[in-house]
Amino acid sequence: MSTYAAGERRAARVPVAVLYVLLAVAALATILPFVWVVSGSLRSLGDFRADPGAWFPTAATLENYGALFSGEGFGVYLANSLVVAALTVAGNVLAGSLAGYALAKLRFRGKRIAFGAVLVALMMPFAATFVPQFMVTVNLGLVNTLVGVAAPLLVLPISVFIVRQYAASVPDELLEAARIDGASEWRIFRSVFVPLAGPALATVTIMAFLASWNNFIWPLIVAQQSSTYTLPVGLAATQQAAQNVTNYGLVLAGAVVVMLPVLVLFLFLQRYFVQGIAATGLK
Amino acid sequence: MAVTALLGPGASRTRRPRAGSRHSVVAWAFLAPFAVLFLLYTAIPIVLSLVTSFTDMRGTDLRNPFGVDVVGLENYVTILTDGRFLRSILNTLVFVVIGVPLTMGIGFALALALDSGIRRFRTVFRGLFYAPVVTNIVSVALIWQYAFNQNGTVNEVLGWLGFAGPNWLGDVGLAMPVVILLGVWRNFGTAMLLFLAGLQAIPDDVREAASIDGGGRWRQLRSITLPLLMPSTLLVSVLLSVFYLQVFDEPYLLTNGGPLGSTESIALYTYDQFGFGNFGVSSAASYVLLILVVVVSVVQFRLLRSRT
Repeated sequence: MSTYAAGERRAARVPVAVLYVLLAVAALATILPFVWVVSGSLRSLGDFRADPGAWFPTAATLENYGALFSGEGFGVYLANSLVVAALTVAGNVLAGSLAGYALAKLRFRGKRIAFGAVLVALMMPFAATFVPQFMVTVNLGLVNTLVGVAAPLLVLPISVFIVRQYAASVPDELLEAARIDGASEWRIFRSVFVPLAGPALATVTIMAFLASWNNFIWPLIVAQQSSTYTLPVGLAATQQAAQNVTNYGLVLAGAVVVMLPVLVLFLFLQRYFVQGIAATGLK
Repeated sequence: MAVTALLGPGASRTRRPRAGSRHSVVAWAFLAPFAVLFLLYTAIPIVLSLVTSFTDMRGTDLRNPFGVDVVGLENYVTILTDGRFLRSILNTLVFVVIGVPLTMGIGFALALALDSGIRRFRTVFRGLFYAPVVTNIVSVALIWQYAFNQNGTVNEVLGWLGFAGPNWLGDVGLAMPVVILLGVWRNFGTAMLLFLAGLQAIPDDVREAASIDGGGRWRQLRSITLPLLMPSTLLVSVLLSVFYLQVFDEPYLLTNGGPLGSTESIALYTYDQFGFGNFGVSSAASYVLLILVVVVSVVQFRLLRSRT
C-alpha cells in the first residue's frame, strides 16, 4: 500500500513541472499582445520609422497619449462611452432585477411565455437581427443618438437570467412574512429582496458594463456621426484614418485607453466576472 | 403598483383568484421594460427580417414603406448564386471547423492543468487566461494588425531567426489563419472557465476510486474524466459554434473580408449588403445564417446527447 502510494506520488511529481511549463507558455502567449500594445503606445513616430517592428521603445514617451486627447474626438468618444455605459448599467440593474425577480417569485399568467422570451433573446444571433433593429431605430427617431446606441442593451436577457437564478434561492417565507404584514409587492421587492441581492446585482452591473463598453457592431451602425461615436467606433475610425500614415503609436495609445478600464475592473472584480460567465453556462 | 395598493391583500381574501395568477398585474408591471425592449429589438425584428427578405427593400425606402415590392424568393436566388456569398459560407465554416476544436482543445488542456495538482498562482493563471475575453476587440484587432504587419513584431522575430516574414494579412492563404488565431486567442478563456467548472463538479472520490483500481492517468482521463465531462463539452461546443458562426468583428477589423474575399464571413457579407442599402438581400443572407445557427445547435445537441 505504502509503496504503491509513493510510486503514485513520484509519478505525479514529474507532470507537475510539465504543467507549470505548459501554463507558463500559455501565459506568455496570452500576455504578448498586451506587452506589444503598451510598449508600442510609448514609441514615438520617429522610433517607428527607424524600426517598425521593434519590441520596445528606444526612449519611452507619452506624446501619443497627449496627441490622442489634444484632438477633439477622443474626449467626446470617451464621454459617449461613459454615458452609454451608465444608461446600460442603470437599465439592467433596475429593469433586469425587476423582471428576474418577477419570473422567480411571483405567480402570474403568461410566466412561461415571459421566460421563453428571455431564452429566445439570449440565443438570438445578433447578425440575424441588426437590419430590422436598425429599421426600428430609424422609426423611433433614435439614429445618431446615445439612447439609440444603448437601447437594445438596456435590459439584457442575461441580466434577467442572473437575477432570476439568484432570486430562486431566496426563501419564500421571507416574502410571505412581508405580504402578511400588508406590504405591497413593490415594497417587498424594494425592501426585502434588493438588500439581499447584492452579489447578483454586482454581477449584473459588471456584465452590463462589459456588454456596453465592448459593444462594437451596433454603435457602428447607429452612430453615423463622430459626435455620437463610442470609443470602439472612434478607435476603428481613427485607425482607418491613420492607416495611410501608419501612425501606430497614436492608434495603439487609443487601444490602451479603450481596453484599460475593463482590465482594471477585471483585476479587482474577477470573482463577479467569473460568476457572470458561469451563469451563461447554467442555461 | 397602484392597482395592488388599491386591491391590497384584503382583495385577494375576498376574490380568491386562481393560484396561477395571483400577481398578474404586478408581475407584468415588473416585466414591462423587458417586454417592451423584447418586442422592439427581438420579436419585431425576427418577423420584420423574414418579411424584408421577400421584398426589394432598400435603405432609401426606410421613410417610404409603400415603395417596397414583394419579390418572392428573388433575394434568396440572388445570394445563393452569388459566388461571394457562397465563399462567405465556406469561410465561416472553415472558421468554425478549425476554430472550435482549437479553442476547445486549448481551453480543455489549460483547465486540466489548472485542476490537477498545482496550487501556486492558480487564480493568477486563471485570471490571465480569461483576460483576452474581456478585452475590447477593436483594441485587440489593432494590436494584431500591428503585430502581423509586413514590418510588425512577429516578422521581427522571424527576422532574428533569419527568415523574411510574409505580409500575413495581405496574403490570400495566410489571412484566414491569422483571423482564426485571433478568434482562438480571444475565446479560449471562456472554454477554459466552463471546462474548469465541469472538472470541479466531478467528485474526488470518483477519481480516487479510479486510481485505486489501478487506472493510470491517461486511462483515468479517457474512461472517467471525459465521459463525466460530457455536459460541459456539449455546452462549450454549442456555445462556441453558435458564436463562431456569427463571426464578424475579427475579419471586419483585421482584413475587412479581404484579401480577395478570403476572410469574408456570412455576417460580414450581411453587413456589407446592408451598407450598400440592399436591405432585402441582407435580410435573406441573415436568415440563411439564422437557419445555420439553429441547425448546427440542434445537430450538436443530438450528436453529443446520443453519445452520453
